[in-house]
Amino acid sequence: MKNKVYDTFREAVADIPEGATVMIGGFGHAIDKPQNLITALRDQGAKNLTMIANGAGQAGRLGIGSLGGKPFVDEEVLLENRQVRKAICSVPASLVMSKPNAFEKQYLAGEVELEYVPQGTLVERIRAGGAGLGGFYTPTGVGTLVEKGKEKRTIDGREMVLEFALRADYALIKAYCADTMGNLVYRGIMRSFNAIMATAAKVTIVEVERIAQAGELDPEIVVTPGIFIDRVVEIPREKKP
Amino acid sequence: MKERLDRQTIAFRVAKEFPDGAVVNLGGGIPTLAANFVPEGRTVIFHAENGVLGFGGVPGSREEENPYFLGANGLPFSALPGMSFFHHADSFAMIRGGHIDITVLGALQVSETGDLANWTFPERGIGNIGGAMDLAAGCARVIVAMEHTTPKGQVKILRKCSYPLTASRCVDLIITDIAVVQVTPEGLVLKETAPGWTPEEVQACTEPKMQISPDLKEIEL
Repeated sequence: MKNKVYDTFREAVADIPEGATVMIGGFGHAIDKPQNLITALRDQGAKNLTMIANGAGQAGRLGIGSLGGKPFVDEEVLLENRQVRKAICSVPASLVMSKPNAFEKQYLAGEVELEYVPQGTLVERIRAGGAGLGGFYTPTGVGTLVEKGKEKRTIDGREMVLEFALRADYALIKAYCADTMGNLVYRGIMRSFNAIMATAAKVTIVEVERIAQAGELDPEIVVTPGIFIDRVVEIPREKKP
Repeated sequence: MKERLDRQTIAFRVAKEFPDGAVVNLGGGIPTLAANFVPEGRTVIFHAENGVLGFGGVPGSREEENPYFLGANGLPFSALPGMSFFHHADSFAMIRGGHIDITVLGALQVSETGDLANWTFPERGIGNIGGAMDLAAGCARVIVAMEHTTPKGQVKILRKCSYPLTASRCVDLIITDIAVVQVTPEGLVLKETAPGWTPEEVQACTEPKMQISPDLKEIEL
């Protein structure tokens, strides 16, 4: 059987090619971001990426979403390294208007593309992609610029827009613990986009705070079954939260 | 210059809208502050879109802060009995599916028909939709908490929003630093005014003509 456990983040992301579509998990907090996989992808350098994530990053540098305001790594390092061609996200711009992030500077200069997606629509499009569906109708975005060019339909008396599923070549996600089969459990608010993106990529790579032996995790509490997970890397002791 | 309510006091007034047992999602800014003012004797279940329901306030000391317990506003929360965690698909199923009773959102503009604009303005050239469109479209009751006018004195309650919309016809109640205004099918109704403010003075800061409620009263502080 194929071994899912990788020794280094570098090896785990080595084959991500130029032009790939990459999902990056988490909501935007230090504990839910796959910080080491993002750093490894930055070092690996693949360009022209389409990035699907809740945000385009910067909260990490500003220390928003970590205890004591401690800075952490997020998507912005990929923007600073000019690896992203297009972002599909709900929070592309800085949370602090006076401190624009790398993405919005590049976007306003016409150097990157952006597809605005409301957060709930984004996660549902990813869920649909992972579940083999083509799309769904949602009331979110009706009457806003999000509905532009989309098919609309009235269902049960309510106007809705058609949204299509999203899939990716790779998903980089974070979990608390994986066993050697790739079964995952999370901790606190860590599930966020991680548990959904896990299902929607050809190759899903997870970084975890601990690797357990198969059999150590109670099957009753597994959140993401190992079938969705291709590669597991444990965060080295000195980098653990 | 007439006295306006400060942000804490707006939040205090907002929290009176939470019935006992309500499930509530608070947006950033003034809405977040409402968690501190839940009236005595009522229990409110707070939802944060990053995947937690039934959480408590910010811990009293740094030692009690838990890196795995951070709300959508980036602030640490404490555990309460009955708290639960979930992923984003479930979190937004709660929102769109009508399982959240009340959301409180900030606003840049609100129209007389309850249209909400709160995610960007044209000059910025970009903006953050985040969860606002889902919350505005999905929650049973949408309360806006904001300053009544911009820092430059421009009106924010308009006949028609000029900024990009978050959702149309979604706002039920507007609570500001000078008034409480209800959105009804017949238009805006002025329900309460801040101490020292007359209905005419509130109307002068509001573009659409408001009806004055027969039970108009002063905001209770």
